[in-house]
Amino acid sequence: MPSLPEEKTTSVSIAGRFFIFWEKAGILLAFIVVCVVFGILTPVFFHPLNILNVIRQVSIIGVMAVGMTFVILLAGIDLSVGSIVAFTGIIAAAFQVKWGGSLFLSIVVPLLIGAGIGFFNGFVSTKGGLHPFIVTLGSMSIFRGATLLVAQGRPISGMSPEFRFIGAGMVGPIPFPVILFLGSVVVAGIVLRKTVFGRYIYAIGGNPEAALLSGIRVDRYKILAFTILGFLAGLSGLILTSRLNSGELVAGQGYELDVIASVIIGGTSLMGGEGGVYGSLIGALLIGVISNGLNLLGVQPYWQMIVKGAIIILAVLLDKMRQRFRAS
Amino acid sequence: MEEAILKFENLTKRFPGVLALNQVSFEVRKGEVHALVGENGAGKSTLIKIVTGVYPRTSGELFYQGKAVEFHSPHDALRNGIAAIYQEFNLIPALSVVENIFMGHYFTQKGGLVDWAKIREEAQRLIDFLEVDINIDAQVRDLGVAKKQVVEIAKALSYQAQVLIMDEPTATLAQKEIDTLFRIVKSLKEQGVTIIYISHRLEEIYQICDRVTVLRDGNYIATRKLTEVQMEEIIQMMVGREVVERFPRTLHKAGEEVLRVEGLSRSGVLEDISFNLHRREILGIAGMVGSGRTELLRALYGLDPIDQGQVWIKGEKVTIHSPLEAISRGIALIPEERKTQGLVLLLSVMENIGLPILPQIANRGFLDEEELKKIAQKMVKTLNIRTPSIYQRVMNLSGGNQQKVVLAKWLARESAIYFFDEPTRGIDVGAKVEIYHLMNHLIEQGSAILMVSSELPEILALSDRVLVMREGRIAGELTKEEVTQESVLKLAVGRRNVGAQSS
Repeated sequence: MPSLPEEKTTSVSIAGRFFIFWEKAGILLAFIVVCVVFGILTPVFFHPLNILNVIRQVSIIGVMAVGMTFVILLAGIDLSVGSIVAFTGIIAAAFQVKWGGSLFLSIVVPLLIGAGIGFFNGFVSTKGGLHPFIVTLGSMSIFRGATLLVAQGRPISGMSPEFRFIGAGMVGPIPFPVILFLGSVVVAGIVLRKTVFGRYIYAIGGNPEAALLSGIRVDRYKILAFTILGFLAGLSGLILTSRLNSGELVAGQGYELDVIASVIIGGTSLMGGEGGVYGSLIGALLIGVISNGLNLLGVQPYWQMIVKGAIIILAVLLDKMRQRFRAS
Repeated sequence: MEEAILKFENLTKRFPGVLALNQVSFEVRKGEVHALVGENGAGKSTLIKIVTGVYPRTSGELFYQGKAVEFHSPHDALRNGIAAIYQEFNLIPALSVVENIFMGHYFTQKGGLVDWAKIREEAQRLIDFLEVDINIDAQVRDLGVAKKQVVEIAKALSYQAQVLIMDEPTATLAQKEIDTLFRIVKSLKEQGVTIIYISHRLEEIYQICDRVTVLRDGNYIATRKLTEVQMEEIIQMMVGREVVERFPRTLHKAGEEVLRVEGLSRSGVLEDISFNLHRREILGIAGMVGSGRTELLRALYGLDPIDQGQVWIKGEKVTIHSPLEAISRGIALIPEERKTQGLVLLLSVMENIGLPILPQIANRGFLDEEELKKIAQKMVKTLNIRTPSIYQRVMNLSGGNQQKVVLAKWLARESAIYFFDEPTRGIDVGAKVEIYHLMNHLIEQGSAILMVSSELPEILALSDRVLVMREGRIAGELTKEEVTQESVLKLAVGRRNVGAQSS
């Protein structure tokens, strides 16, 4: 029995200080450093239009990162978000172009379908006792296929001006998707901090068995988290289709990587129970800023993927070292 | 017998901010079974970890077989004949018994291939010597706790261990398994192996140890022959003050029936369980590990489905499908494993206390943080939980204080029926007494307690009545007058006095 764990945590070594600091503000610091470096290298970087541009580009991934934060806090994962984006996007486009052109249906149905797919992922993984990795890997393939099926192999283009507002509209100087993105961050932040549901998320993620024994309906909240993510992936599908003015077959391919990376870089632990949505916001922005900065510098796009991958590994490595430090 | 195999001289270990061991000096003689006792935080684990090379020492000397030594890793210590068996076993579940015993020092043939024939022969010899029925080709994950422990012992012996350190070896064993362990300890002793035995169970120490060393707050207090020291004196040395009563219990007249169970069955686990529980009563449940005690609590708490039988709570017939339903009926479960079942270690004291009551102190789903803070502060004060603040993560608290947080969760909820599963496992004497006081407090307030415990003295001293379980059935019920160590064991083991090994 380790009788003396307390005293070791009182040791304030340099590494310890660094990790305590990193836990609180590390990702923010990294973000600021990256911004400053790009700002120095290319003066255009800090132009307000460029900044808005970055946030707008990030918003599709960012909206999903908000939902993914819930799922990862519960020690889950969802690989199907990219396919949900494509499927809900093609459904929206079909309602716009082929199935009568109702604005209402082309918004509401995709959102409900997104939530429904999320519910399916959550329900099968909790009630069936399967790891969500497997279930959502299946969903990823199913809804990519369903997208091709609905589209019959051809993109569906030509949305109404009203529908185009979702992805391309502006409210004053601010792009509408940015409002959707930041709005969902704020709402999720409040939910996680201030509501019973939010506190339950942390309890279940930290120790599902203790949560169950405390009378928390663990499965229900897990399913709810997947459903929220599915809904937000549906919203991303709307934004993307609206912005492209087209339901594309390959829409959202590879998005799951960026979404999960945003959350992890933002400091949410893959083991669950630790992290939060503001970290994911910064994580998504960091990825966006790096892409944008490298673009401005004229670096080949291929490099962006390499840099992104390296950052993910670095972020998880730092998290691991932090945990090891705390455990010792 | 008089020769010292291990000798500590002014051994000191300083962690930043804390003196974990302060100039500790004593010796362990060759071939003795030497008990090491002290409350949590007394320095036992630190001492052991210095001996086995886990921690470096700050100052002082360690002599082993007459030579000053310093081991740099557990493996280093092991190669020199000092092995330790911790509560958390160091075994690889997916591998076989043979592989586990010789992990790290396989015999090899010329050319570097593993010499399986020789390894198997040697492993079988070790298992035979320990006289326990274990198939050396079985996967370790299929063995019960007791047999895993035997594999650990065999592993230590395969290194020709001269000194074997056992940390709380009986904490999770049933009585019969403990007997087996004691037999092994005795035969090791006959072989000249020295054993350092760490346990919170003082009764056991008297059964198998020769001498006892007491540590308190990092200081060496005394080493005594067990034939020459009373248990009360040991406790006093451990705690640093006189403990008036080890098992305080205020008796009350039992009130009306709050829980009645009739013919409860769960296929293969529980069979035809019937009993009742009254207000202001502690009903003890004794029995071997694996006799269905925990399973009974789980079924009543809605964790496992019931195949047959009826349950009444306060006269109302109920069917409970989930912990949430159990809780809303006024039942609280203080589970067996506080770290894996009772607490969310990452969360703070306050948030853990809040877990079962959040919906009640919420307004339209939003948390009333001020209210939660007040409740948590009150609980920390009432239960004397030693924590720097209510915002401290529970992972940083000691075992006894963690257990109090688990209790606080349910006190905040004011339940009518408390299920305690091993309420004082692995916590020190002082904290135990506090928990018993708390149980008394609950009884005074009119609650009822159903208590599963493997510590017979606890069952005997605290229960108003005792149910003894065996193989998923109630083997018998004993009144306060009838209950003795013998009467409980007789029912627990049954007529068919065969190896009731847990698995």
